Amino acid sequence: MDPAYSVILFTSSSGAGYGLLIWLAFTRLSGAWALSPMVAVIGCLVALALITTGLLSSTFHLGHPERAWRAMSQWRTSWLSREGVFAILTYPAALVFTAGWIWDAVPPIAMTLAASATLILSLVTVISTGMIYACLKTIPRWHNRWVVPVYLAMAIASGGLLFTLVLAASSAARQQTLILVMVVLLISWMTKWAYWRFIDRQEPASTTGTATGLGHLGTVSQLEAPHTSENYLLKEMGFSIARKHATKLRRMALNLGLLLPGIMLVLAGMSNGFAQLVLLSAALVLGLAGIVVERWLFFAEARHAVTLFYGRSL
Amino acid sequence: MTSLPKTTGKKLGLVTDLDICVGCHACAVSCKEWNAGGHSAPLTDTNAYGKDPSGVWFNRVHVYETDDGENTRTVNFPRSCLHCEQPACVTVCPTGASYKREEDGIVLVDAEKCIGCKLCSWACPYGAREYDADDGVMKKCTLCIDRIYNENLEESERQPACVIACPARARHFGDLGDPDSNISRLVERRGGYALMPETGYQPVNRYLPPRARKDQAGDTGTADHLDAAENVDSGHSFFNWLDKALSR
Repeated sequence: MDPAYSVILFTSSSGAGYGLLIWLAFTRLSGAWALSPMVAVIGCLVALALITTGLLSSTFHLGHPERAWRAMSQWRTSWLSREGVFAILTYPAALVFTAGWIWDAVPPIAMTLAASATLILSLVTVISTGMIYACLKTIPRWHNRWVVPVYLAMAIASGGLLFTLVLAASSAARQQTLILVMVVLLISWMTKWAYWRFIDRQEPASTTGTATGLGHLGTVSQLEAPHTSENYLLKEMGFSIARKHATKLRRMALNLGLLLPGIMLVLAGMSNGFAQLVLLSAALVLGLAGIVVERWLFFAEARHAVTLFYGRSL
Repeated sequence: MTSLPKTTGKKLGLVTDLDICVGCHACAVSCKEWNAGGHSAPLTDTNAYGKDPSGVWFNRVHVYETDDGENTRTVNFPRSCLHCEQPACVTVCPTGASYKREEDGIVLVDAEKCIGCKLCSWACPYGAREYDADDGVMKKCTLCIDRIYNENLEESERQPACVIACPARARHFGDLGDPDSNISRLVERRGGYALMPETGYQPVNRYLPPRARKDQAGDTGTADHLDAAENVDSGHSFFNWLDKALSR
């Protein structure tokens, strides 16, 4: 599948945004960490800015962005539509939640409700994003049980890296908390590792022989393509990269997304003040870069059933 | 509306005979010609006369070679929308631009509602949908909806352009939901099959498999082998002598 940069940016950026909202809402509901209210507000606004950037970016790849509002209508059948609906519903809840940190006009019960709604809607939106891909039977590397957990885990992990900055700015970035974020980061990349293992062992269910129904005549190969140059199908669905390339990129994603941020978190746990803020920022930037590489691979490694008709394999 | 109709009145579709398709691309060209001015017009071409032309086509003709270790066969294979009974291209559409008609089962795109997100083309394993980057909307086979119901055309011409154009009569159009229709009987007789049933999309269109090859003497109904000429007894001593004499 063609790795469209707008979609990679959207899923990474809004994923981190929803992840941060999840951490902030959880903090409010559980009281696990004492945040300075003003810093919490800034955290909420940063999360919403990331989500909004992602949503706007996702409209860039549309043929008709001005009709994007129509995408809210088919939530009965379409995960893309559901994602849009949940994303929009998150805004009012998150705005009340944001205001509630500093504005006394929001009663505690409303704040608790807004925090709960923000938490649930953020989770459901990220799950919907994963389901857009996981529901496509045409792409075996997406149509499996690992895709949604990976999207969810990556969102919570990248949100966690953002959250460490909120904690640091509230002077509440204690070692135990940084260890917790490291564990979450480790779990997210273990989920991704499990996904990679799964797709590497996947046996293709269909071949050119089964797709064309000509398999009973022997091995089926394409003798002549239907067109002399690439068409939309091959550009969009036929994107392919070499396997060894993929292995290198996976290593790069792991280094950027897990190893280096892990080191930064350890160092941050041993420092404080401005140095800690710089180290946590570095962890965030590296972690996001790792997710971008991972997301690029998610598209580039995915093979579409239509390519079977062009004599390729899944 | 992307919710699918529970049943459709008819199941209009195409049947392609892979045994007699000669791979001339007339169906594809005729489709392009009609639809460039039809329901989904224009079918944009970019760089049409340049080095790397590309454009929107609803019908693509592949050529496959099959090899069973002894013999190879060439099979021409036109590929277009199969107007599935459970089309995921419709259900994934976020705007309701993609829909399946209740009256005849044709799958269409409402170009006024399409936002060009391309998700429907991802959901289709058959490559039926091609994006028109110029128009910013998705396009696909309409089963020539503007021909088959077109009262300005002679009744004999109210068929999809690809069916009319086929010089080998390898393409057939009709109601595959009616077991007594000519097209359903043809499918029944020839063992017509649906592509990739494992998707569960239940294509309406059918393909007729290439017939078994008749490359052995017995396959055509003649004797398995012919006796060598010298063993033939004409039943007449003169001709037997003549046969012998000439064979020397």
